[in-house]
Amino acid sequence: MSEIVVKNLSKTFDQSEQKVDALKNINLTIETGDIYGIIGMSGAGKSTLVRCFNFLEKPTSGEVWIGDKNLGALSEKELRAERSEIAMIFQSFNLLMQKNVLDNVCFPLRLQKVSKNEAKKRAKELLEVVGLTDKAKAYPSQLSGGQRQRVAIARALANNPRILLCDEATSALDPQTTASILELLRDINKKLGITIVVITHQMSVVSEICNKVAIIEKGEVVENGLVEDVFSHPKSSAARELILRGDSEKTGGTVETLNGERKIRIVFSENSSFEPVIANMVLKFQVAVNILRADTKNVGGVAKGEMILGLPDGKEIQEDIIAYLHERGLEIEEVTGDV
Amino acid sequence: MFDSQVIMMLLEGIRDTLYMTLVSTIVAYVLGLPLGILLKVTSSDGLKPNKIVYGVFDVICNIVRSIPFLILLILLIPFTRFVVGKSYGSTATIVPLVVCAAPYIARMVESSLNEVDPGVIEAAKSMGASNMDIVFKVMLVEARTSLIVGATITTGNIFGYSAMSGTVGGGGLGDIAVRYGYYRYQTDIMIVTVILLIILFQIIQNIGMKIAGNLDKRK
Ligand SMILES: Nc1ncnc2c1ncn2[C@@H]1O[C@H](COP(=O)(O)OP(=O)(O)OP(=O)(O)O)[C@@H](O)[C@H]1O
Ligand SMILES: [Mg+2]
Repeated sequence: MSEIVVKNLSKTFDQSEQKVDALKNINLTIETGDIYGIIGMSGAGKSTLVRCFNFLEKPTSGEVWIGDKNLGALSEKELRAERSEIAMIFQSFNLLMQKNVLDNVCFPLRLQKVSKNEAKKRAKELLEVVGLTDKAKAYPSQLSGGQRQRVAIARALANNPRILLCDEATSALDPQTTASILELLRDINKKLGITIVVITHQMSVVSEICNKVAIIEKGEVVENGLVEDVFSHPKSSAARELILRGDSEKTGGTVETLNGERKIRIVFSENSSFEPVIANMVLKFQVAVNILRADTKNVGGVAKGEMILGLPDGKEIQEDIIAYLHERGLEIEEVTGDV
Repeated sequence: MFDSQVIMMLLEGIRDTLYMTLVSTIVAYVLGLPLGILLKVTSSDGLKPNKIVYGVFDVICNIVRSIPFLILLILLIPFTRFVVGKSYGSTATIVPLVVCAAPYIARMVESSLNEVDPGVIEAAKSMGASNMDIVFKVMLVEARTSLIVGATITTGNIFGYSAMSGTVGGGGLGDIAVRYGYYRYQTDIMIVTVILLIILFQIIQNIGMKIAGNLDKRK
């Protein structure tokens, strides 16, 4: 079943001097149980889009369907009821700073008129889920970023939502903490069957937990589909750029390359092992290739290898190398710009 | 040093000053707090922006705040007489004090509420909170430290103004200081009154700040 369907959605911010077309004719379908990544550069419109999913932002035109409900057709009261099924977590956690951890988790339950005792009981269960039982009486200011996000996740789960929207939920966290939060999100998705939408500007987050991804650029979806497809065959320049940038994030920067050096990306599918091919190629042509990066990554549960080569000078030898690799059944693609 | 009559008078002065200050503060908050909330809610970045409502109360607040207290005191004499039946004495002083403080409080409340992290309000909205929920369960709770600091400062101001009303026979320590120090040149009584004023002021401020500090969980 489709959990979230977005039809022809546009959003224009009308400010006194200028209009900003933040979203332009977006169409997306997110299925039940998906962990759906939405990725794009800063200002692309990701936050605006995800805020349209629970109508914190009202679209200028178009529709948002959550299950069988058209959010635009709901009354204010019905919309509030619907929102309790669509939880959201944020980059800055947005906890109530004057309430302790337990009361923060109780908060959405109390909003839905759950009795105090029952709310406390449920909140304690949730703190167990996120591994913060011992911090129940602490205040958010006494917690680390990762712990705060765990509280926010517990709070988000309080009303048994069907959907969890995450707007840059790990952007303020260090890599280890990010990994543990992503792990928690994956668990939640598996165990509770909650559909998760992950907004991020880090490709590594998408490759880590998402099964599908949409790439958004300047308010438009330029590419979407299964993560493994988009990663191995990025069609849009935005996708390529994000993938490259994401990789350098992970490896902590890549080898400096000479300007103008011709680079190719080779993608290996599950069962082709690449070392012999490259080694044989070097032996055959008697030239050195610059291995700018070699990497295997887990894309949607499938191991994918990829390598970026800097080719030696000389048009002829370059073409020969490309032809040789093609013959061996490898997918090749030119890479432009900085790796 | 002083005879029992003078001591009696000073004690009554303390009582009257505290009475004027506290009652004025409470009544002014009864008016100013909702007004401040209304300003915040109807402001352009509020929960229910409304240019007209905001504009009207914004202007009223500014006008009242721009009138010096002494002049307000005199301007309000007919109104004061209408409300409490007479235009002098401690109870009568409460009326101009409230009129003067309420718009001031509204502004303080508005600015305290402005300090609440919009992200937290957004989070509450995403949980299905109504505007009422957001005002009473999020904004007032999150801003409580700032609100109490504001209340402490306001109480201090009202305390000071209450002394000023001594010039028109308002009662309290200020009244005593003016009568004895200014009209009768009894400097010793005036100095003692001033010292009492300072001590009372310190006590009020310290209590307020202590409460605010204890309630603040952000540190
Ligand atoms: N309330 C608003 N009023 C006017 N313009 C806005 C508003 N919110 C967003 N915008 C504009 O819409 C565009 C998209 O903003 P959005 O916050 O959705 O980007 P984003 O992809 O989430 O960026 P980031 O990664 O920096 O969070 C930007 O150009 C932004 O300036
Ligand atoms: Mg954003």
